[in-house]
Amino acid sequence: MQTTAPEKIPFFRDPTKLAIFYQFLTVLGVGLLSYYLISNTLANLERQSISTGFGFFDREAAFEIGESFIEYSAADSYGRALAVGFLNTLSVSFIGIILTVILGTFIGVARLSTNWLVAKLSAAYIEFFQDIPILLQLFFWYAFFYEILPSPRQALNPLPGLFLCNRGLIFGVPEWHSAFLYGGIAFLIGLIVVYFIKKWAAKRQAATGLIFPTAKVSVAILLGLPVLVWFLSGAPTAMNIPSLKGFNFKGGVSISPEFTALLLGLVLYTAAFVAEVVRAGIQSVSKGQKEAALSIGLRPGQVLNLVILPQALRVIVPPLTSQLLNLTKNSSLAVAIGYPDFVSVAGTTINQTGQAIEGVALIMIVYLIFSLSTSAYMNWYNKKIALVER
Amino acid sequence: MNQLKHVVPSIVAAFCLSAGVAMAGTLDDVKAKGFIQAGVNGDLFGFAKPDEKGVWKGLDVDTARAVAAAVFGDADKVKYTPLTAKTRFTALQSGEVDVLTRNATQTLSRDSSLGLNFAHVNFYDGQGFLVPKALGVKSAKELDGASVCVLPGTTTEQNVADYFRVQKLTMNPVVIENTAELSKAFFAGRCDCMTSDASQLAGIRAVAPNPSDYTILPEIISKEPLAPAVRHGDDQWLDIVNYSVLALIAAEEMGITSANVDEMLKSTDPSIQRFLGVTEGNGKALGLDEKWAYNIIKQVGNYAEVFERNVGTQTPLMIERGLNALWNNGGLMYSPPFK
Repeated sequence: MQTTAPEKIPFFRDPTKLAIFYQFLTVLGVGLLSYYLISNTLANLERQSISTGFGFFDREAAFEIGESFIEYSAADSYGRALAVGFLNTLSVSFIGIILTVILGTFIGVARLSTNWLVAKLSAAYIEFFQDIPILLQLFFWYAFFYEILPSPRQALNPLPGLFLCNRGLIFGVPEWHSAFLYGGIAFLIGLIVVYFIKKWAAKRQAATGLIFPTAKVSVAILLGLPVLVWFLSGAPTAMNIPSLKGFNFKGGVSISPEFTALLLGLVLYTAAFVAEVVRAGIQSVSKGQKEAALSIGLRPGQVLNLVILPQALRVIVPPLTSQLLNLTKNSSLAVAIGYPDFVSVAGTTINQTGQAIEGVALIMIVYLIFSLSTSAYMNWYNKKIALVER
Repeated sequence: MNQLKHVVPSIVAAFCLSAGVAMAGTLDDVKAKGFIQAGVNGDLFGFAKPDEKGVWKGLDVDTARAVAAAVFGDADKVKYTPLTAKTRFTALQSGEVDVLTRNATQTLSRDSSLGLNFAHVNFYDGQGFLVPKALGVKSAKELDGASVCVLPGTTTEQNVADYFRVQKLTMNPVVIENTAELSKAFFAGRCDCMTSDASQLAGIRAVAPNPSDYTILPEIISKEPLAPAVRHGDDQWLDIVNYSVLALIAAEEMGITSANVDEMLKSTDPSIQRFLGVTEGNGKALGLDEKWAYNIIKQVGNYAEVFERNVGTQTPLMIERGLNALWNNGGLMYSPPFK
């Protein structure tokens, strides 16, 4: 029998064409549904005389925000107020993620320790913090700070220039001087130099087998270069020391109890989950690998760095990503303890402008941006370490 | 999850808005389900808070009960939805509640761009500052650099920012959504002062560990006419809520109380006869039973009774009538004629 030409198959039996057809139908359906929802919402809002759109961005916000990384006052616009909230969420999430990874790794490794006490303490930590809802932990830490710490007038002063009270941790910082800018530039240059030294050392080791003390040299360059520059530009030592004026401290840098409580709660909670992820990752590498590595004469540190971790990381990174995303999302619980994060600022904006739909949409977009960029970075990293496999 | 408390109603509102809201006929809807769903504070002593037996008490609660008495002849046919300052308007817009009696300040933007209508004011309030006496502050002008505990999602945040700007003072707000949590932080000394409507401050002071340690500063920095709100576009329902509040005031003007209302039925004063429905007409005009005002006064009392019972000088709140006295007593409470 002769084969018939493929174009003779009727289109309703051709799986490729049918697939395209169904996809087209789905897209059309979704499109129509969103059109219906959006146009209907707009029509209803119009009918109830509720204003729509993002025109409020330029209007004066007229409310104060407790803490901010950029200049902000009540005379600024809603757009700037939202930017303040965005940066507050970003900072608590970013610092939180770094601390969580460090603490979580530490506890996870400690749980596998051969020391009975260390292993059991880590296990107890994990069970305790994992099992209590994060909101309760936040309330606890916040109450801990405002109940335990004294008022500004009786502030604890454990070190000169450092004060601890229920307004937060306030400490002196060096007075601004151009030497610090030059020092910062020197640090960046140091980073580049270290990068090239590392490359060169690896090449030399591959060619000659000689090991270069990269770590020691790097630390020396990264610390030494900025200090040298600071010294050469006059070694300014003027400090901006906080002092009690009226109700509160003026000068210096202060870290509020709200920020500390939120950061502490998020880190302690998420680190318990990260510890479990790390433990699972390390246990996924078979014992034989470690024994083989030791038998060829690698030192325990090298075994961990060159054999165990590269393989464990491939197991660790994907679930770690989702824990870090959880941390970012949980940071929205800030409203409960008075930290002005994005949700809190957007909430005030919603209330003052009455534009709930725009406000909620903004909150969703912002968290989507945070989550997608964290995922993107972690996926990139995951791909990079996955290449280690042959 | 605390943050969900305001996100969820907003999303619900979004869906309800997109699904289309029943615009007119709140009265019919209410009659069909047999009760009024009232949005209240839930945490504010003297205005709306369940007592130790779980019975809702307060000035706002009594306002909602007055509306129920007018509609059903039974003041108990109310169900209460506790709402935060942030969720309250959304809950009303989306139809989750029929009337909002939640110490909400009437403002131009709420009346217009939020799609609400306000009935007659049931309490004239103003924003003040609560400070610990130990702080030694006598005037709000001495609060430069203070940490200020602020309840979010009210006009409060804006008022206090405006006040400090005008006085050229600086402030550091601590904004916590939940009244109870905020009060705890304030009593523990997290903030130097707390700002809110003076009535609310009186309520918060009443639950302080030691109320006499705190004082309300003399400065009142804003006008806060607190009024029940309904949705735009249902004029009949607005009239009913409006005149339920006014009936409380009118009864006080005419000297009708829950104790003497039955006697007053026999009064020969034509205005009282009209008010209590002995002479018919008012009820029909509103679409209610002719006995609507009688039922309000019989079951809830007049404005003076409601005020003294919930927030007056004999209560822990110890609020004087002040602006809330009748117009002929130096206050602002004034009812149009019931004819």
